[in-house]
Amino acid sequence: MSEFLQFLFSGLTVGAVYALVALGFTIIYNASGVVNFAQGEFVMLGGMITVFAHAAGLPLPLAALIAIAATAAIGVALNKLAIEPARGAPVVTLIIITIGASIFIRGAAQLIFGKQIHTFPAFSGDDPIHVMGATILTQSLWAIGGAAAVFVALWLFFTRTILGRAVLATSNNRLAAQLVGINTDFIMTLSFALSAGIGAFAGVLITPITMTSYDVGLGLALKGFAGAMLGGMGNPKGAFAGGLLLGLFEAMTAGYLSSQYKEAAAFVVILAVLFFMPQGLFGQKSTDRV
Amino acid sequence: MIKTLTTTVPAALIALGLASTAQAEIKIGASISATGPAAFLGDPEAKTLEMLVEELNAKGGINGEQVELVLYDDGGDANKARTFATRLIEDDEVQAIIGGTTTGASMSILAVAEDAEVPFISLAGAIDIIQPVKPNTFKTPHTDRMACQKIFEDMKKQNITKIGLISGTDGFGASMQAQCKDVVGEYGIEIVADETYDPKDADMTAQLTKIRNAAGVQAVLNPGFGQGPSIVTRNYKQLAIDLPLYQSHGVASDGFIELAGKDAAEGVRLPGTALLVAELLADGDAQKPVVSAYKAAYEAKYKTPVSTFGGYAHDGFALLVDAITRAGSSEPAAIREALEGVKGLAGTTGIYTMTAEDHLGLDLTAFRMLEIKDGDWTIVE
Amino acid sequence: MRLSSKHLTLIVMAALIAAAPFFFPSGYYFRVGALIFVNALAVTGIVILTGYAGQISLGHAGFAGIGGYACALAPVHLGLHPALAVVLGAVISAVLAFLVGRPILRLKGYYLGVASLGFGILVAMVLNNERGLTKGPDGIEVPDLGLRAVLKGWGLDLSNGEFWYAFTGICLVIGAWIALNLFNSPTGRALRALHGSEVAAGTVGIDVARVKLQAFVISAVYASVAGSLTALQNKFITPDIAGFMHSVEMVTMAVLGGVGSVPGAILGAGILTLLPQVLTVFAEYEQLILGLVMMLVMIFLREGLVPSILRKFRGRGE
Repeated sequence: MSEFLQFLFSGLTVGAVYALVALGFTIIYNASGVVNFAQGEFVMLGGMITVFAHAAGLPLPLAALIAIAATAAIGVALNKLAIEPARGAPVVTLIIITIGASIFIRGAAQLIFGKQIHTFPAFSGDDPIHVMGATILTQSLWAIGGAAAVFVALWLFFTRTILGRAVLATSNNRLAAQLVGINTDFIMTLSFALSAGIGAFAGVLITPITMTSYDVGLGLALKGFAGAMLGGMGNPKGAFAGGLLLGLFEAMTAGYLSSQYKEAAAFVVILAVLFFMPQGLFGQKSTDRV
Repeated sequence: MIKTLTTTVPAALIALGLASTAQAEIKIGASISATGPAAFLGDPEAKTLEMLVEELNAKGGINGEQVELVLYDDGGDANKARTFATRLIEDDEVQAIIGGTTTGASMSILAVAEDAEVPFISLAGAIDIIQPVKPNTFKTPHTDRMACQKIFEDMKKQNITKIGLISGTDGFGASMQAQCKDVVGEYGIEIVADETYDPKDADMTAQLTKIRNAAGVQAVLNPGFGQGPSIVTRNYKQLAIDLPLYQSHGVASDGFIELAGKDAAEGVRLPGTALLVAELLADGDAQKPVVSAYKAAYEAKYKTPVSTFGGYAHDGFALLVDAITRAGSSEPAAIREALEGVKGLAGTTGIYTMTAEDHLGLDLTAFRMLEIKDGDWTIVE
Repeated sequence: MRLSSKHLTLIVMAALIAAAPFFFPSGYYFRVGALIFVNALAVTGIVILTGYAGQISLGHAGFAGIGGYACALAPVHLGLHPALAVVLGAVISAVLAFLVGRPILRLKGYYLGVASLGFGILVAMVLNNERGLTKGPDGIEVPDLGLRAVLKGWGLDLSNGEFWYAFTGICLVIGAWIALNLFNSPTGRALRALHGSEVAAGTVGIDVARVKLQAFVISAVYASVAGSLTALQNKFITPDIAGFMHSVEMVTMAVLGGVGSVPGAILGAGILTLLPQVLTVFAEYEQLILGLVMMLVMIFLREGLVPSILRKFRGRGE
């Protein structure tokens, strides 16, 4: 029992990391139909800027706020400089633009921050919490709680606020959205700022667990992408559940089968899910327009 | 095409004697993983080489000749490394090559270097690089096998007979895992749990729980580098596992203690080089002046702690300088010849004595078993 | 008219490949040329899949990995000649593409992206983890193709670099010839029809699933052969060949040059292969510039270099 519980905790910790990254994909995808492969770099920037601001003497919460604000600004710049000019381009072109952006940000981070691995102290100390023979770090609870909070906030945003609906309307039909008076440029700017901000927030929460360096972004983006697709792209519920499930699959496979093939198992599950549900677990069916 | 023209024109001019170049007389090439998954190893190597060449030229070079370093970043990719090795030899016309941070990159470079008969000093761990001996290939790091042997010797002294293994799936971790499994029998030790993790994993408590629950396990060994071993060490403390934890030389740097945290790293043992314990070395120790000078210069210049890996590059360069000085020539064949005659050269990793049959020139005594106490390194022996 | 443009493309290609060595200042340029040709061959496969049929793959490096490791393993374990190992790799890749392609090609856009990504990662993982067979992340040696020695026996003594430049160049011309023929075949027309609209293609009687699968299998074979050539040329191979970044590289090369055109694929492969070699001058800034180039080309020359340039020419001519 304690063994199962420990695997569960491990899976939740890892899953929370994936879910936080996956949630970041959601808004940009909803607003523009773009899967932003530079999302992982936002997570890296969140952690990295916090590390350096904290090292410069700022208190941790302030350092984190600066990191989130700065990353949000970078997100807006990415939209204005790279995504907006390529509006209407095919999916594969957009994939390459965002991968190009990811390489660019990584290259810049390598110059500015160097190649060392960094971390900063956990928010509530390093003493684990014991539950029936298993343990979990308090920082894991912060990450899980953070993921849940972002999920609830996004869900409320998209279903209960006019702004959130405006985002969905923009994604659905940009021209129609403009015709009903939505400022679609503002919606796009807002979406990128929010997505980047969520990414940076994720970076702040997970860096005490995973540590950070200039090149962690791509790996995180791939796992977050996989989690988001598993749940169904664009749906906060899907991103949250998909990320957590992916983490749990990995931990359970590592615990009960083979740690060597835990990622393989995760991808096999994703392939299987997509086979039966081509839109992911919570994705909506869409029909092709001719 | 443009590239072709820009190099063709100057080359033609030189051939015609129209352009006189103030070229350096000794050209040393390097292909290193300054970026990519092995950047954690390659970055200090590249920095070390740049620093040492600068230092050497300021002091007047070798035998009065200036040294030029041609450094390429292969990103740890074997295919790229082969291209850069070809470029170093055919286009830059270097007299010797240092590099190959990863084993894959080293294997690619050595094939090219052997074809062209240019001496190559590898910075990677695998024993395959120098065994069987190839005429032009040398290496500075201990083999992974030696690290395993050193650790198992220490375990044997403490009557540990059953251990758990948790290894990174990166090249470094996987290679050492295989070597350790290969030699473990010679020490009467049995591996009762064999787990792995991906270098980017966030949590290893699942694997460690499995190891803890394996019957009779008395100690845990973690081959790997980068942040993985730091997370393993933290998770080890989180689970309050009360068994000795051994790390590999892959984390032999002050940075490890910092990342894992002083508390979690307490009591961790690993085979390290003299570099980590410069202050603790006896005054008569031949390595002490070398190690202290390198550590002081590197940390002053780059403001980051030295690592074993930068030390490999330091030693590779020292070997070359020694060989060229003794040979009195920078012809590849002469350098190769002189490298086989290296005798009692004190480096940061150990004291090198090469022969025609031994292109590594280190033995187990070069490793020191270290233990972390109160956030600092101590020598166990 | 169209026939001549196909032949013109091939003749120009062959002439460029044959003439370029006269300008090479050192043997290193043969190596770079061979790298470009191998990459261009793999990218020609992507042109068929993405350019003709409109399907995305982020996992084609997996097939390159299969082709590469077939050359490393089959001669040792099955006693096959390395040349036959290339064929074996291609057959395995084709069969695997057939099996995997069936379910995943039902997916669209990003979902197809993640599914193909998953496939590529699975292959890379097997190559990394099955140490007993593949020697893991450290890589494995690959036997010599032996053709160079045969040529030497016939009195044609080429250096290693020269041989591989010529051999991969010939392979590329053959690969391009097949792709160009396919473009004008009934299958090619069907592929391009579904690139326009799958639903519309379906209504005019094209078996959409079958045609997509054909494109996927053919492109897998291209990637596999390119992987084999990489392995044989380097005489050494590591699992990096099947890595995600290699998949992205292939797609980027294709799109950069112009995803619907074979000359575009070759130009894209040429530029992205040369770029890192040129950027070594900037050392630290290499990644930064690479990312920037990818973004700029995609933003300003959205159709890729070759179609954008052609349009400009035609625009002026008319």
